[in-house]
Amino acid sequence: MNFLIMTILVAFRVLGRHRMRSVLTMLGIIIGVGAVIAMVSIGEGAKAAVQAQIATFGTNVITILPGAMTVGGVWTGHGGAVTLTVADVEELRKIPGVTYVGWAKRDTTQVVHENKNWFTAINGVPPDYLVIRAWTAQSGEFFSQNDMDTAAKVALLGSTIVKNLFEPGEDPIGSTIRIKNMPFKVVGTLEAKGYDTRGSDQDDVVFIPFTTAERKLMGTKFLGSIGSGFLSAESPEQMPQIVEEIQRVLRQRHKLRPAQDDDFTIRNQIDIAKVQEGTSESMKLMLLAVASISLLVGGIGIMNILLVSVTERTREIGVRMAVGAKRRHILLQFLVEAVVLSAMGGLIGVVLGVAGAKAASNIAGWPTIISGEILVIAFGFSALVGVFFGLYPANKASRLNPIEALRYE
Amino acid sequence: MSLLVCHNLVKTYRMGEMEVHALRGVSLEIAAGELVAIMGASGSGKSTLMNILGCLDIPTSGTYMLEGIDVSTLGGNSLAEVRNKKIGFVFQNFNLISRTTALENVQLPLFYRGMSSRDQKASAVHALERVGLADRQRHHPAQLSGGQQQRVAIARALVTNPAIILADEPTGNLDSQASQEIMNTLTQLNREGITIILVTHEPDVARYARRIIMMKDGVVLSDRSNKGVAADWVVPSEAGA
Repeated sequence: MNFLIMTILVAFRVLGRHRMRSVLTMLGIIIGVGAVIAMVSIGEGAKAAVQAQIATFGTNVITILPGAMTVGGVWTGHGGAVTLTVADVEELRKIPGVTYVGWAKRDTTQVVHENKNWFTAINGVPPDYLVIRAWTAQSGEFFSQNDMDTAAKVALLGSTIVKNLFEPGEDPIGSTIRIKNMPFKVVGTLEAKGYDTRGSDQDDVVFIPFTTAERKLMGTKFLGSIGSGFLSAESPEQMPQIVEEIQRVLRQRHKLRPAQDDDFTIRNQIDIAKVQEGTSESMKLMLLAVASISLLVGGIGIMNILLVSVTERTREIGVRMAVGAKRRHILLQFLVEAVVLSAMGGLIGVVLGVAGAKAASNIAGWPTIISGEILVIAFGFSALVGVFFGLYPANKASRLNPIEALRYE
Repeated sequence: MSLLVCHNLVKTYRMGEMEVHALRGVSLEIAAGELVAIMGASGSGKSTLMNILGCLDIPTSGTYMLEGIDVSTLGGNSLAEVRNKKIGFVFQNFNLISRTTALENVQLPLFYRGMSSRDQKASAVHALERVGLADRQRHHPAQLSGGQQQRVAIARALVTNPAIILADEPTGNLDSQASQEIMNTLTQLNREGITIILVTHEPDVARYARRIIMMKDGVVLSDRSNKGVAADWVVPSEAGA
């Protein structure tokens, strides 16, 4: 123990003698570790931001879209078919693990308030829909089941609508807006969600009771036809099973023969998350590759300098052997020098990486998350690089013949 | 009992196709407390003999008993241990570790012995005192004269209380004044009971020894006591005392 401490002290002194050389040798490790930590912190920050964005969609949400339809060879795209109905979705409520069901009927049109107007999406939904999609009221309240039953002309406004139809500071609650010339009373405004993963503004939206939309505002090809259905599951683990069950129930209800394609599409939030995970997975692999290469280069730098050092200090090694240093003493001495170099490089790299990440979030405004785990891993790996690349020169030094080493000029 | 007994030492090097017979059967005994000079021209095998006596190398055949232990068959680590405990080296070119203080240089053998740093320091200070360099502990080799550097080297050889000090051309890089100082130091230590083996080709150095072994072509040519020994060295050291 005493020997190890002394050896570390000696290593620091030896490296301190060639300060410039030591810093240059460490540079590879410093840059590698620093870059990795900065990049991982920025990547983790971005990932967390995207996850928060995904969460605004609601938790454990399964979406059902009516299938595409072809009329004389012209495909309509998703939702073109009108085969999905309220009754279908209500039937799905019976599947175990389903907590809420909801649906939406959507139209885009002009919304007017006094002398202002705004083109937006009107969604006819039942109150549960708002729960599934994790909307919360910023002021006022959601419309009720009673409003649904009576097809009341009430509306909930997204924050973008509030911003564009009302003066700043004006309270929209209780005021009247006009949609397709029909007056609607504003009963609540919604907490802003921001942009979704595809970049569209989630707050640019008006919600009205589904029945109102169907009977008074939009009309319908046949009663109960909906634009999309929504379910929330109790837990993410149940989702694959629920999706299978939805498919079975809907195929049965739509009387599809086994050879026929589904006339609906089921989207699972987990799929979206998986795509996201896939991206961050490949990002991680790339980072790992960059980190490995820079640590490799840094390690080779250390090995190179150590080989030079062994040659320069051949006589010293001879003297040490003559006065009784064993092979392992010499081996340890050079190994410790390598590890001190690489660990110090790692430490400086960690500090610079953290500073870089902080700078990125302060100057560029990027969200960054610095995890202690990555700092420890990066530092640990840089120390390991020292052991690995120090082994060859240290072994070479320890195998010198003392007689020849003493005679070395 | 003899401190050191060599019997029929043979050392053969292979250099490609050629076999070089550095030692062709050397037998000698050295008793504790002796001051011996091994002389010979270059190529006589005296350096090879010194390497074997110093446990830096092992003979091809023959036995070498040091304080009753057969060291001619030991492995690297055991040889290192023997060097650490029983042998002190003094080299022609001092071989101090540069940019390291005199004190730390002297501490080095004790460091490899695993001694606590406090004990190392105490022993090293004492060894430097014995060679008259107590006031130069913090100096680096570059700040010391050749003679002082060699005395630091002697202190380093001395610090472990070795069975023998092997001095290989100890005055080879020194002027005559410093040479005489070094030889006085060595003879003084010998009189305090330390066995010293000088390896040299200089008759001026060899005459300080009480026994001179002449080597030629890998064998001992002559082994005789040195009658004229007292004249030169006793006078200055006693004058100083």
